[in-house]
Amino acid sequence: MRRRNVLPGLPLSLGVTLFYVGLIVVLPLAALAFKAASLGFEDYWRIVSSSRSMASYRVTVLSALGATAFNLFFGLALAWVITRYRFPGRRIVDAVVDLPFALPTAVAGIALTALFANSGWFGSVLEGFGIKVAYTPLGIMIAMCFTSLPFIVRTVQPVLEDLDPALEEAAQSLGGSDWTIFRKVILPLLAPALLAGVSLSFARCLGEFGAIIFIAGNQPMSTEITALLIFIRLEEYDYQAAAAIASVLLLAAFFMLTVTNWLQARALRYTVKG
Amino acid sequence: MKIHLENVVKTFESFRAVKGVSLDIESGELVALLGPSGSGKTTILRMVAGLEYADGGAIYFGDQDATDIPVRDRGVGFVFQHYALFPHMTVADNIAFGMKVSKVKRDKAAIDQRVTDLLRLVRLEGLGDRFPAQISGGQRQRVALARALAVDPKVLLLDEPFGALDANVRRDLRRWLREIHSELGITTLFVTHDQEEALDLADRVVILKDGQIVQQGTPEEVCRDPKSAFVMKFLGDANVIAADVRDGRAHAGGLSVEAAGVAEGRAELYARPSDIDWSEQGPGIAAEITRVLDRADGRRVLATTGAGEALEFDVEPERVVKAGETGFVTLRRAKVFGV
Repeated sequence: MRRRNVLPGLPLSLGVTLFYVGLIVVLPLAALAFKAASLGFEDYWRIVSSSRSMASYRVTVLSALGATAFNLFFGLALAWVITRYRFPGRRIVDAVVDLPFALPTAVAGIALTALFANSGWFGSVLEGFGIKVAYTPLGIMIAMCFTSLPFIVRTVQPVLEDLDPALEEAAQSLGGSDWTIFRKVILPLLAPALLAGVSLSFARCLGEFGAIIFIAGNQPMSTEITALLIFIRLEEYDYQAAAAIASVLLLAAFFMLTVTNWLQARALRYTVKG
Repeated sequence: MKIHLENVVKTFESFRAVKGVSLDIESGELVALLGPSGSGKTTILRMVAGLEYADGGAIYFGDQDATDIPVRDRGVGFVFQHYALFPHMTVADNIAFGMKVSKVKRDKAAIDQRVTDLLRLVRLEGLGDRFPAQISGGQRQRVALARALAVDPKVLLLDEPFGALDANVRRDLRRWLREIHSELGITTLFVTHDQEEALDLADRVVILKDGQIVQQGTPEEVCRDPKSAFVMKFLGDANVIAADVRDGRAHAGGLSVEAAGVAEGRAELYARPSDIDWSEQGPGIAAEITRVLDRADGRRVLATTGAGEALEFDVEPERVVKAGETGFVTLRRAKVFGV
């Protein structure tokens, strides 16, 4: 007998969902690839390897790496504190983590700019130390940090919550120091979740637009991010160039996801039965 | 290593889990902490391990006051109910963990040799390369024991070690743990809520209730001479029959039982199902059979006395009894406790 499903009409729902994924996700991406491909290789290569494009990749990727590295540590620490400690206001902190998801990124960008501008609360203090944030790559990094923070926290948190306290106790009873236990027991078990968080966070940083353009200053060759360059090309009605540059971001995202999926599968080898 | 607990107290939030427990465990002894859930047995074990700190009292390992020694320096081997094996390490790496993180440096060959020896001891030769997810529950618990033994603990502590396993595996592991204990002679304390397990395995059984020791002794002592109704009921099936104590004897229905030392007045007779005899004629306590259960090892009869008390007892499998029959029960052995 055929197994009955809880949700009725599997063929129908399968059809609808696959159609939807095709329509919303695959089709635009295909159109993008198609548009970029219509350029011909030489034009394509000229556009994606122009010095302005290269400068935009550099500032985008380096800022994204910096922001992700920062969030890796800070997000892990935050997830740790939220799951391991009971303190007044814990639930508020837990809720605040989601704010960057909920807030329109442009609002975040304006708020950060106001704070870090020369006259802003943070900016005026940092100025005294000779540190400029607004209109520099550092500002880009801070905006990226802000919008991508939830990814690491929310991927690590459930794993941390499910981590059996007995594992740590066992390691303690075997004589392990706190640092050894963290390094040899906790970190390897969190690694797959951390990887997933890192890849989502990095992808989000690569594509972030709204929060960055207000704080970045947007100077070509120094603080112009790739997403903005695409936007500028669109404004100029140069759709092909926009698609070409966008395809580079797309490839980068694919590459990133492939690598992290592979790393994750490796890190989870031990769960395979048999 | 001899362990001595002196008036140990532990309070959680507002709840007193352990209310002053004193206990001596001789070197090389295998002792069971037996009690229902909430009796504080696991808390006591965790305090001996150093996974919890006592709020009052002291714990001695030999002559050394170990009360404030942290778990990582206490030199105990702890086996958890749900194994707590490191899932990302192979069986061999799990066993080697304690030796690798130890302050005492061992070279790799020595560690490998010890892992091989321990795998043989727990009869898991050849499984060193598996991950915990790839072996059975019983095998996992044996790995956990090997891992705990690898660091040469002074004391072995087991928290409901067989609780998560099915009945057959459990019985095998019990015998096997007993063998390992006789082979190594390591002082062992284990927690269980299963009286059969405690009686099968332990040299001495410590029975706990509400954070206090209610009785302790060899399996023979606690079984043959339970000091309270709680112990009587907790150690096995017991029938309860209301009785009156007069002139040093307890009277119930047509029966009277020796009851020296029990206060005059209302009391209860406790009898094991195997200590009750059934006959069609009196004297005895009149009862009516309500149900007959056939089991692999005999025939169990459920009956109700005239006073409405439920009884359970065993008869020979050849004996024909039917629901609805009336007759009389007599007690071959019984304990009397005042109420």
